[in-house]
Amino acid sequence: MIHCVLHDPNDSVAVVVVEGLEAGATLTGLILDEDRTIALDALQDIPIGHKIALKDMAVGDTVIKYGVDIGKVVKPIRKGEHAHVHNIKTKRW
Amino acid sequence: MLHETIWGYRRENGRVGVRNHVVILPVDDLSNAAAEAVANNIKGTLAIPHPYGRLQFGADLDLHFRTLIGAGSNPNVAAVVVIGIEDGWSKKVADGIAATGKPVQHFGIELNGDHGTIMRASKAAREFLQWASEKHRVECALNELWVSTKCGESDTTSGCGANPTVGDAFDKLYGVGCTLVFGETSELTGGETIVAARCRDDQVRADFMRVFDRYQEMINRHKTTDLSESQPTKGNIAGGLTTIEEKALGNIQKIGKKCVVDGVLDKAEMPRHAGLWFMDSSSAAAEMVTLCAASGFVVHFFPTGQGNVIGNPILPVIKICANPRTVRTMSEHVDVDTSGLLQREITMSEAGDKLLDMMFRTANGRLTAAEALGHREFVMTRLYESA
Repeated sequence: MIHCVLHDPNDSVAVVVVEGLEAGATLTGLILDEDRTIALDALQDIPIGHKIALKDMAVGDTVIKYGVDIGKVVKPIRKGEHAHVHNIKTKRW
Repeated sequence: MLHETIWGYRRENGRVGVRNHVVILPVDDLSNAAAEAVANNIKGTLAIPHPYGRLQFGADLDLHFRTLIGAGSNPNVAAVVVIGIEDGWSKKVADGIAATGKPVQHFGIELNGDHGTIMRASKAAREFLQWASEKHRVECALNELWVSTKCGESDTTSGCGANPTVGDAFDKLYGVGCTLVFGETSELTGGETIVAARCRDDQVRADFMRVFDRYQEMINRHKTTDLSESQPTKGNIAGGLTTIEEKALGNIQKIGKKCVVDGVLDKAEMPRHAGLWFMDSSSAAAEMVTLCAASGFVVHFFPTGQGNVIGNPILPVIKICANPRTVRTMSEHVDVDTSGLLQREITMSEAGDKLLDMMFRTANGRLTAAEALGHREFVMTRLYESA
């Protein structure tokens, strides 16, 4: 079972692709560009389609997905936490 | 698979369509009632009501005419009855469509009233419908198919599942010389340098960046916030997309890995040769798909994550979804399920082939989910206020 997917091995977030993911679960993550898997633990419940942090991030850090910049961290995020609009914002507009 | 041919309708100008509609086309909002009455009288014809067409001017009026003439000229349309409040603009639209060689008649309501107009237009519609009913599908080369794409109600599964499925199919269709288009100018924000790097040459790149920068300038001029809940939308956010950059990077998966951007089109402008075109366009689903129909595209790939339900009156919209929850809860809207990609049950190339198989079936006559459900969203893009 694949629980989350990431595009590039350098991505700092991965996408949860299963429903009902609960805190404490150990996840198998698929790196799409390399067709290999990683393992990590979820610290929070995360809905399907939402992102899990793959590393600790501080305010001002750049979030990487698809191997490129998708925005900035506005509240500290720990590895395994839910990463979304409450802790990441656009750098545009 | 790509050596296959399609069975389509060859129109008078040589273009190939995959539907055989007789369209009742209102020029303006005031003529919707008469157009819908004619379509009700003559079963099997299709009215395309819309809310615009009065007191527009300049580039906005040009786009209005280009959209109507383009929709009527689309090879999925066999014949057209044009109805407007007055004769002049009705004739202008009819003449534009008649340049394709297809049968067109136009009617003005003034001095006739709805009753007289509906009676005369119904007679023309009946003749066109019976004429069109004798048109047969003929075998056509695959590269005669024009295929458009735009995604909607995207979520993060769009970027890793449904959109790269379209990208794989686009790479394969590009290789055989099909005519393809993508757009959604604002929704490339954060991925614009990637698209620019994919442009054929410096001229195309300059054209693309000029269009992209103009759109950014427009947004910056009107914005009151960082566009949260508009771009990305509330639905996108519910689906897990956080920023416009993330949404854009998922969006551009639709142009695959090999396609080159061969040219840039204005809204509702027709491509001048085969290849992949970028069309400056709104990122709103029905607006963008309507522009694709007006540019002459005959099949549309629409990847979705959270479950957009859009259709178009004349352009069959094939929905692709990789979100297993959406596939389960909204199955009547999904034509191609590629959720297996996220569990490594199928490869990207297999997902692309699954979409292409549905494309062939749709081109050969299978109704899409949106067609079966009666989704006929025809939404014209406006550039500014009326005079």
